[in-house]
Amino acid sequence: MAEAEIDPITLAVLAGRMEQIADEMDATLFRSAFNPIIAEAHDASHGLYDAKTGDTLIQGKSGLPIFVGVMAFAVKAVIEKAAHDGDLADGDVYIFNDAHIGGTHLSDMRLVRPYFRDGELFCYLASVGHWHDLGGAVPGNYNPSAREVFQEAVVLPPVKLVRAGVVQTDIIDIILRNTRLPQSARGDLNGQLSALDLGVKRLDALLDSYGADTVSAAFTKLGDRAEALMRTELADLPDGRWEATDYLDNDGITDTALPIKVALDVKGDHLTIDFKGTAPVTAGPVNIALPTTIACCYVAIKHIFPSLPANAGVMRPITIKVPDDSLLSAEFPAPTGGYTETILRMIDVIFSAAAQAIPERIVANAYGTINALSIAGQRANGQRWVMFSFYGGGHGGSLESDGLNHGNAPISTATIPPAEILEAAYPVMFRQWALRPDSAGPGTHRGGLGAIYEIELLEEEAEAFLFGERGRFAPQGVAGGADAAKNRFTYETDKGWAEPELASKKVGIPLKRGQRVRLETPGGGGYGPPDQRTPGAIARDVALGFLSQARADEVYGTGWRGAGS
Amino acid sequence: MSIVGVDVGGTFTDIFILDEATGKASVAKVPTTRPDQSGGFLAGIKSAGDDLSAMRTVVHGTTAGTNALLERKGAKIGLITTQGFRDTLEMRRRDRRATWGLRGDFDPVVPRDRRLQVPERTLADGTIETPIDLAAVEAAAHDLLAMGCEAVALVFINAYANPANEQAAAQALRALWPNPHVSVSSEILPEIREFERTSTTALNAYLQPEVAGYLTRLEAGLRDGGFGGEFLLVQSNGGVMAVDTACRLPVRTALSGPAAGVIAAAYIATSASYADIITGDVGGTSFDVSLIADGQSALAPQTSIDFGMVVRTPMIEITTIGAGGGSIAWVDKGGLLNIGPESAGSDPGPVAYGRGNDRPTVTDANIVLGRIDADKPIGGGLETLDVDAAKRAIDTHVGTPLGLVTEDAAEAILKVANARMAGAIRLVSIERGHDPQRFSFMPFGGGGALHACALVDECELARALVPRFPGVTSALGCVIADMRQDFVQTINTSLNALDEDELGAMIQQHADEGMRLLDASGVRFGGRDVQIELDMAYAGQTHTVAVPIPLQMNDGHVTPPDRNAIANAFEEAYRAAFSRLLDGGVQRVLNLRTSTIGRRPKFDLSTLAPGQDKADAEPYGSRPVRIAGAWHDTALYDRLTLPVGTIVDGPAILAQPDTTILVEPGFRASVDTYGNLIIERQAAS
Repeated sequence: MAEAEIDPITLAVLAGRMEQIADEMDATLFRSAFNPIIAEAHDASHGLYDAKTGDTLIQGKSGLPIFVGVMAFAVKAVIEKAAHDGDLADGDVYIFNDAHIGGTHLSDMRLVRPYFRDGELFCYLASVGHWHDLGGAVPGNYNPSAREVFQEAVVLPPVKLVRAGVVQTDIIDIILRNTRLPQSARGDLNGQLSALDLGVKRLDALLDSYGADTVSAAFTKLGDRAEALMRTELADLPDGRWEATDYLDNDGITDTALPIKVALDVKGDHLTIDFKGTAPVTAGPVNIALPTTIACCYVAIKHIFPSLPANAGVMRPITIKVPDDSLLSAEFPAPTGGYTETILRMIDVIFSAAAQAIPERIVANAYGTINALSIAGQRANGQRWVMFSFYGGGHGGSLESDGLNHGNAPISTATIPPAEILEAAYPVMFRQWALRPDSAGPGTHRGGLGAIYEIELLEEEAEAFLFGERGRFAPQGVAGGADAAKNRFTYETDKGWAEPELASKKVGIPLKRGQRVRLETPGGGGYGPPDQRTPGAIARDVALGFLSQARADEVYGTGWRGAGS
Repeated sequence: MSIVGVDVGGTFTDIFILDEATGKASVAKVPTTRPDQSGGFLAGIKSAGDDLSAMRTVVHGTTAGTNALLERKGAKIGLITTQGFRDTLEMRRRDRRATWGLRGDFDPVVPRDRRLQVPERTLADGTIETPIDLAAVEAAAHDLLAMGCEAVALVFINAYANPANEQAAAQALRALWPNPHVSVSSEILPEIREFERTSTTALNAYLQPEVAGYLTRLEAGLRDGGFGGEFLLVQSNGGVMAVDTACRLPVRTALSGPAAGVIAAAYIATSASYADIITGDVGGTSFDVSLIADGQSALAPQTSIDFGMVVRTPMIEITTIGAGGGSIAWVDKGGLLNIGPESAGSDPGPVAYGRGNDRPTVTDANIVLGRIDADKPIGGGLETLDVDAAKRAIDTHVGTPLGLVTEDAAEAILKVANARMAGAIRLVSIERGHDPQRFSFMPFGGGGALHACALVDECELARALVPRFPGVTSALGCVIADMRQDFVQTINTSLNALDEDELGAMIQQHADEGMRLLDASGVRFGGRDVQIELDMAYAGQTHTVAVPIPLQMNDGHVTPPDRNAIANAFEEAYRAAFSRLLDGGVQRVLNLRTSTIGRRPKFDLSTLAPGQDKADAEPYGSRPVRIAGAWHDTALYDRLTLPVGTIVDGPAILAQPDTTILVEPGFRASVDTYGNLIIERQAAS
C-alpha cells in the first residue's frame, strides 16, 4: 500500500481515535461476557495488528497488561495458517487457544479477524479472553500436576470459526462439548464476536473520514515513534550489566527449586535481556512458550517506563536471549497452565536487576503469585459448582511511599469478586477476609500487606485445588529493603490442619461440611534500608496492627518504642 | 414570593432568583468564601434583597461534600463490622492506582485502629449463623468514643439479605451515641457487595458532621434573615432533597453541583425543542461531558471520588477527561503532541496570567490566536493578559520541537485538545449507541463556547446551543430540579423463583417512604411519580442490565408486577444492549431500584429572553482571529444585548461577562425566543 505523508497533528488525533476503538472493544466484552474472570477481572484484551507482520499497532488500555505483548503472536499464528491454506477472505474469524503458538495458557481463547478495505487486507483485529473452563483434569484449568497440555484443557489450533461471514456451527459444537460450563463459554464467545463486529464498524468509519493511506501512514509512524521513545529512555540509563536470580518453589510434581535468572545489558540506546542460567523445561506446568516470555519482558519494561505506548516499535531496540532448552521456551506438548507464576517471577528478577542501576524508578517485588484457588463440588440437587478466583497480596515499597496493601498482580488489573457475591453463588462462608499482619517486607518504605482468606464449606463435601507460588522463596526487597513474608496455605482434615507437601500447590483436597482452607498471601518487598524507616512510621504500623511489637523489634530494633505515631 | 437557586463553586457563588409573581428572573455572582462557604452563600442571597421572608424556597447545589472527600477533610470516625471483615475498607476490590507503574499506597478514611469487629454472622441466604453480641457493640462504641470519634459507620456482612443483626446493633448504638451521626449500611445501601456498601456507608459517616454542621449554619443564617420557607439540597442524582434528609445522607451530595447544571441543561434544551443534547463544561483542569437523550439524563450507579473512595448511589452520569483550559501542551520524547493530564489549573493558570507558569496551556493557544480578548479577560480578576509570554511558551515547548511557527503550533494545540474533547463526546454518544448527528452540543461554564464549532464539526453534531447565562446554569438547575429519592434492595433470585407479592411489598415500602419524605418536605408538587427498575442478568453473568418495569398504582397501592411482564422487559433491554439474547439462559433478578419523584413547577424560560430592538444587533468592533490557518478580521458583538431573531454569520466573536463564544467561518448563529444562541452550519449554497 502506498505510504502517504502524515503531519504530527493528524497523527496525534488518529492515535487517540484508534486507541478509543480498542478501548471500546474491551468495554463491549467486559459488559457482555458471562464469566466473572472477564466481566469482573478484565482478563481480556483487544487491539489492531499489522497486516503483514502481526505486530501490535494499537491495543486497548483497559485489558490485561500481559496481553499487550502477547497478542501479536496470536495474529502471527493466524497469518501463517492463512498463508499455508491460502484462503484468507473478508469476513473470516479464526479461533484458537493453543498456548505454544499464541502464548499465555489454554484458558485464553483468541479470536482473530482480518480487516479488508477495498478488497485488500488492511490490518487484523483480535480479541482474547480467559474462559471459565475448557475441559482438562481440573475445573477451571489450573492443574498443578499436569505433565502435558492434554491434562490441562482441550487444545484448539487456529481454525476458521467464521468463514467469509458464515458461522461454522460445527466448530462451536466441538468447543461446547469440551467444557464443563457450555453456557458460560457460549456467552463469552458471543461477547468476543460482538467486540470484533464493533471494531470493524468503527474502523470503517475512521477510514471513511481519514482515508486508508493516511491511517496506514499513521500505523508506520506510531511504530517509529514508539521505537524513538524507547531509545530515548534507554539512552538515559547508565551503560552496564546487572544480574538477578530468584526461584520458583517447584514445578508442581518434583519438589526442586527452579532458578529464574536474568542479566540486563545496556549499551547506548540498546538493551539486551538474557535469561541464561534459567532452569530447563520442567515436567510440571510452570513452563512458558517463547511468545509469553517476550510479552512478559514488555510488561516489565512498561512498568518501569509507564508512558511507553502499546506498540511493537518499543521492542525494536531490545534483544531478548532465551536458552533453547529453558522453561521460558517450552515446546508442545509441555504443560503451561501455571504461566502466571513464571512470568511474575520474571518481572521480579527484571525489577531486582534494574534496581541496581536505577533504584529510584523501581518498586520492590510484589507478592508474586496469583494463588489460583478453586473449590468444586455438587449440590444436593446434583448441580455442579466451581468457585474459582485469584487472590491478592502486597505491592512493593518505592522511593516515594510504602507499598499498596492488597493489590492485584502486576500482569493483571483484575479486581477480586466481593465475598458477598461468592457466598451468594457458592456454598461457602468466609470466616476471614483481612489484611495479614507481619507480612510486609521491612524497609525505609515497607511493602504493602498481604491478605488472609479463610473459607469454610457449607455443603456436605467438595474438593479444593490450589496453584500458587512463593511458598519457599519470599518476594524480595530492593535498594536495601528486606523480603516480605512467604505464601502459606493450610487446610483442615479429620486429623487437624495440614499443609501441602509442595507448599503452594495441591490437587483434590477433600473437604467436608464445616472444614476450612486458609490462604495467607505474601506482602510486598521493602524499599531502602529498614534502619532508615522513621520511628513514627514504625510506631504507626504497630498501633494499626500491621506489625506486631515482637516483629518490629526484630526487624527495626527497639528505637521506635515511645515514638508517637 | 421567590424561588432561589444557589450554586457554590470553587471560585464563584452563583445565585438565580425567580420571582413567582412576575415570572422575572435575576442572577448574581459573588466570590465563594473558604473554608466556610456559608458566608458567601448568605452574602449572595442578600445581594438580591435583605428581606428573606419573601423567599419561599431556597435550593442549594453544593460542593461542600465533594471538597471534604477530595481534600480528606471529613470527621474522625469509627467503623463497627463483622468479625473477620475489619479490613474490607482498606482491601478495596484488590485494585491499584494505575495499570502501569505499581507505585503508591492508600489510606482509607477510617484507619485500622478505629475499625472494630464484633461477633455476629448472617449467611448469604439471610440465615442468622451467629446472633449479634450487643454487649460487644456497646463496648466497641465506647472505645470509639474514647478515641474521639464524632461519627460511626455500622456494616455487617450480608446485611442486605437480612438486616436483623445490623438493625439490632444500630438500635443499641444509637441509644448510647451522643449525636445523630450513626450511618447504618442496611439503611443507606441494602445492596450486595460488601466493599461498595462499606465505602458508601463510611464516606457518609465521614461527611456527616461536616455537612450537617454546614447546612445547619446555613439554615440558621437563613432563618435569622427572616426566611420561613423550605431549604432544599440538590443530590448527585439531579433531584432535590429536604435539608434533614441531606444531614442524614450527606454522601448523596457528592456530585450535587455538576448534577444541577445537567438538570438545567436538559430543561433549557427541551424548552428550545432540542431534547437530545450533549453538555460540555470546560473547566480549568477538566472537560466534563454528559448526555441527555429525549430530555432525560443517564444515571450511573456509582462513582469513585478518588482511588479507593467509592460512592454507590445513583448519580447523573458525567464523564470527565483531563483536558481543560489550563491543561498543559507538551511534546513527548517520540515527537507526539499531547494535551494534559498535567494542568496549570486556575492558579497559577495559563502562561498569559503571569502567575509563574511557563508551560503553554489550551487557554494560551486561544489567546495567541485572538480568540480570547487579551485586554478584557473574563472571570479571573486580571486587567490584561501577557500575549507575548504565551507566544514564547508555545514556541519553546511546541513550535520548536515540531518545527512549526507560533500560530501553527497554537492551532495544533487546539486541534489536539479538540480531538480529546471529541473523544469524550464519542465515548458518551457513539459508544453507548447514540448517533451524534441527532444531538446538539451545549457548552456551559466559562470556556466551552470557544470550542463549540470545532466540536460540532469533529463529532458531526447537529448544532451548538449556548444558553443565555452559561455561567449560572447550575444555579438555574437548582430552581427547577424535581424532588427525588432513590431506594435499592438486593433480591438475588432467579426470575422463576421470584415471589411477586414479596416484590410488590418491597416496592410498596419504598413508595410509602418516598411519599412520606415528599409530604414532610413542605414543598408543593405539580405531580408525583413512582418508577421502578430491576437489575437483571442471565445466571452466571455478573454485570446486570437495568430493566425499567411499568408500575401500576391505585390510591398509593402498588400492584405487584408479574413475572411474564418482567421477562419480556428484560429481553427487550438485553437485546437493546447486546443485540443478541442467550437461548435457554436463566434470568435472574439482582436488585430492585425504586425512585419516587415529586415534580416541582417549572417556569417559562422566555422571561429570560432579551428585547426586540434591532438597533442592538450591530458589532461593537473587530479584531483579527486565526481560524483554520488564516487570520480573519472578526466582528465583535455584545451577546447579551443581541435581540431575539438576530442572525450573525461567522467568523464572529460574541462576548458576555461569563463566557466568550466563537462562531467559526461557515457557521451561522441566531438568537432564539429564549435568548439561547443556536449555532448551525450555514447551508451549502
